[in-house]
Amino acid sequence: MTTQLNERLDGVRIAITGGTSGLGLALVDELTRRGARVAFVARTRERVDEVARGHPLAYGIVGDVAKKDDIYPIALQITAGLGGLDVLVNNASSLGPVPLALLADTDCEDLELALATNVLGPFRLTKALLGALAASARESVGSVVVNISSDAAVNAYPQWGAYGASKAALRHMTRVWDEELAPQGIHLLSLDPGDMDTPLHALAVPDADPSTLKRPEAAAREIADAIAARLRDGIKSAREVEAVGVMP
Amino acid sequence: MIAAHTPVQRPRDARLLIVDASGRIRHSARDAFVGLLNPHDLAIANDAATLPASLHGRHAPSGAVVEVRLAGRPSLALEFERASARPRQSGSERVAAEAGRSLLTADVHRFVAVVFGAGDFRTRTEDRPLPPKLAPGDRLELGPLSATVESLLDHPRLVSLRFDGAARDIWAGLATHGRPIQYAHVPAPLALWDVWTPIAAMPVAFEPPSAGFVLDWASIRAMHRRGVAFATLTLAAGISSTGDPDLDRRLPFDEPYRIPASTAAAIHEARRQRGRIVAIGTTVVRALEHAAGRDGVVPPGEGVANQRLGPASELRVVDAILSGTHEPDSSHYQLLRAFADDVTLADATAALEASGYRTHEFGDSVFVERRNRVVRQVAA
Repeated sequence: MTTQLNERLDGVRIAITGGTSGLGLALVDELTRRGARVAFVARTRERVDEVARGHPLAYGIVGDVAKKDDIYPIALQITAGLGGLDVLVNNASSLGPVPLALLADTDCEDLELALATNVLGPFRLTKALLGALAASARESVGSVVVNISSDAAVNAYPQWGAYGASKAALRHMTRVWDEELAPQGIHLLSLDPGDMDTPLHALAVPDADPSTLKRPEAAAREIADAIAARLRDGIKSAREVEAVGVMP
Repeated sequence: MIAAHTPVQRPRDARLLIVDASGRIRHSARDAFVGLLNPHDLAIANDAATLPASLHGRHAPSGAVVEVRLAGRPSLALEFERASARPRQSGSERVAAEAGRSLLTADVHRFVAVVFGAGDFRTRTEDRPLPPKLAPGDRLELGPLSATVESLLDHPRLVSLRFDGAARDIWAGLATHGRPIQYAHVPAPLALWDVWTPIAAMPVAFEPPSAGFVLDWASIRAMHRRGVAFATLTLAAGISSTGDPDLDRRLPFDEPYRIPASTAAAIHEARRQRGRIVAIGTTVVRALEHAAGRDGVVPPGEGVANQRLGPASELRVVDAILSGTHEPDSSHYQLLRAFADDVTLADATAALEASGYRTHEFGDSVFVERRNRVVRQVAA
C-alpha cells in the first residue's frame, strides 16, 4: 500500500477522546486541517470551551470516558454533532499511579482507574457507537476505530505496570474486535505513537529532556495517514451530505 | 397478555410466535429467528438510537411542574449552525478562514411534544394530570434547557415547541438532563443503554424501535454466514401511547425517515434473487411502504411517513415482519392486519394469551409472513 502523506479527509466524521491536550489536541488540529469533521471529548468544560474557541468547526463534548454514566451521553452527542460517525479515536489515557510506582506499591484504586480509562472506557464507547460505525461502513466508507497504544503494552517496563497492563489489554481487545468486526466493514487499529512531549509523559517522566521526545504533531500526522490509508480502501464514492435543510 | 416489566432486551427465554403465509401458527424460541430467514432474504432494521426524550421542569408563566415528552420532529435533515466563536486577533489564518464557515449538526430545535402535569412514569399515563393551560409564547424551563411553545396542536397536551440556544448546547442538555420515555409497567428507571438497540446509530427516535432488541452482533453474523443480507434505515419512531384516548387515536404521529442508497440497492438485489424482504419492526414497514412507488421500487432518500397501515393496505415491499406482541387496540396491531386476515390474527392473539406470552417493548415477539405471497416481477 502506498502512503500519501497529508492525504485529505474531507467530510470524514471523526471523534477523538482526550482531545484537549497532548496527542488528542494535536489530532484535533491535524484532522480539522485535513478537512475532517471532528468531535472531541474531554473532562473539563473550561478546556473544551477553550479548544472549541480555537477550532470553530470542531464539536466539543464534556465527558469522562472512565465513568460508565458518561458514555451514552457522549455517544449521543458525537453522532448528533457529526450526523453519524466514520472514525473513533480512543486516545484518552490514564497512567494509573502518579508518580509511577512499582506494581507491588500500586494502590488497587490506581490500577482500577487505569483500567477504567484505558480499557473499559474504549470498550464501552466503541460498543455504544458500533451501530453508527456499522451504518457508516454499510453506506460506503469502511469505518475505523483507532486505539492509542504504547510500547509499554508489549514490553515489561518496571513502574509502568498499571499502564502497561491496561494498554496490553486494550491492544489485545483491539485485535479480537478487528477479527470479529471485519465482516461488518469496521476495522480496528492499535497504534503506538511513541514517546511524545505531552502532559501525560511529563507526569510519568518529569525529568525527561523534551528535545529527545517526539512532537505530538508528528504522531498526529502519522495517525491521520494511517486513518486515510485504511479508509482509502473502503471509499467507494466521495461522501456527500445527501440533503441539507436549514431550519429558520 | 402479561406486561414484560424487566428491561432486558434479549431474555434467554424470549419466545416467538410464527404465523406463516398460509395462516399456520407455531411456537419457537426467539433466539432461533435467523433460522426463519432463507439465503437471499433481506432483513431490514431501524437503526435509530433513542433520545432521552422525557424532560422534567417548569411551565414558567404558572410555575407549575411539568413533564415534557418529545414525540415528533419535522425532518431528519442536518442543519448548519453558524460557528459561534470569533477568531481571536492572535489566531491563525486557518481559524479566521474556518470562522466564516459553519458547523453541520443534526437539527434539534423544533419538536412536537406531549406535556403532562406533575408526576412521572410511575403513574400510569391514563392517570396523569393535564399540564397548566398552555399558550403560544409560553416558556418551559427544563433543567439546563429552555423552550418556547410555538403553537397548540388542537389538544391541551399537544404542542409544537422550539428550544432556545445553539444546537450543541441543546444536545448537551438533552444528553445530561433527559431520561428515556417509559411507562408504569417497567418500575425501574431506564437508562439509555436499556433502550438503545445494539445497532443504534443516530439519536432520533422518541421511543426505542424495540423489535430491534432481538438483534445482537451474533445474529447479524449468523445472517451473514447464512447468506441472508442485512440492511438498515432510520425512522424517528414516535411515542406509542399518551394515555389520552383522543390523542392515542392520532398515533402514530408523522415520522421522518431516511433510506440509505445501500439499503435501496440491497432491496433491489434481494428481489432479483427472489429473496424476501423481512422487516424488523413496524417502523421499517411504515418507512418502506411509504417510500415505495406503485411498482414497489424503493428509492433512497428522506421522507415523512404519514400513512396508516391496516387491513386495506396493499404491501408493495415487505414480505414478512418480526415485531413485538401487540394488543388488538393498538396501531401496531392494525399494521399487522395488512399482513394477515382477521381470523388468523384472532387465532394468533388467542395463542399468545393461552401460552402466556409477554407484551410491551421488552416482551416476546411475533413473526408474520404476508399471506398468499406471490413472487413479483423485478422492476426494471
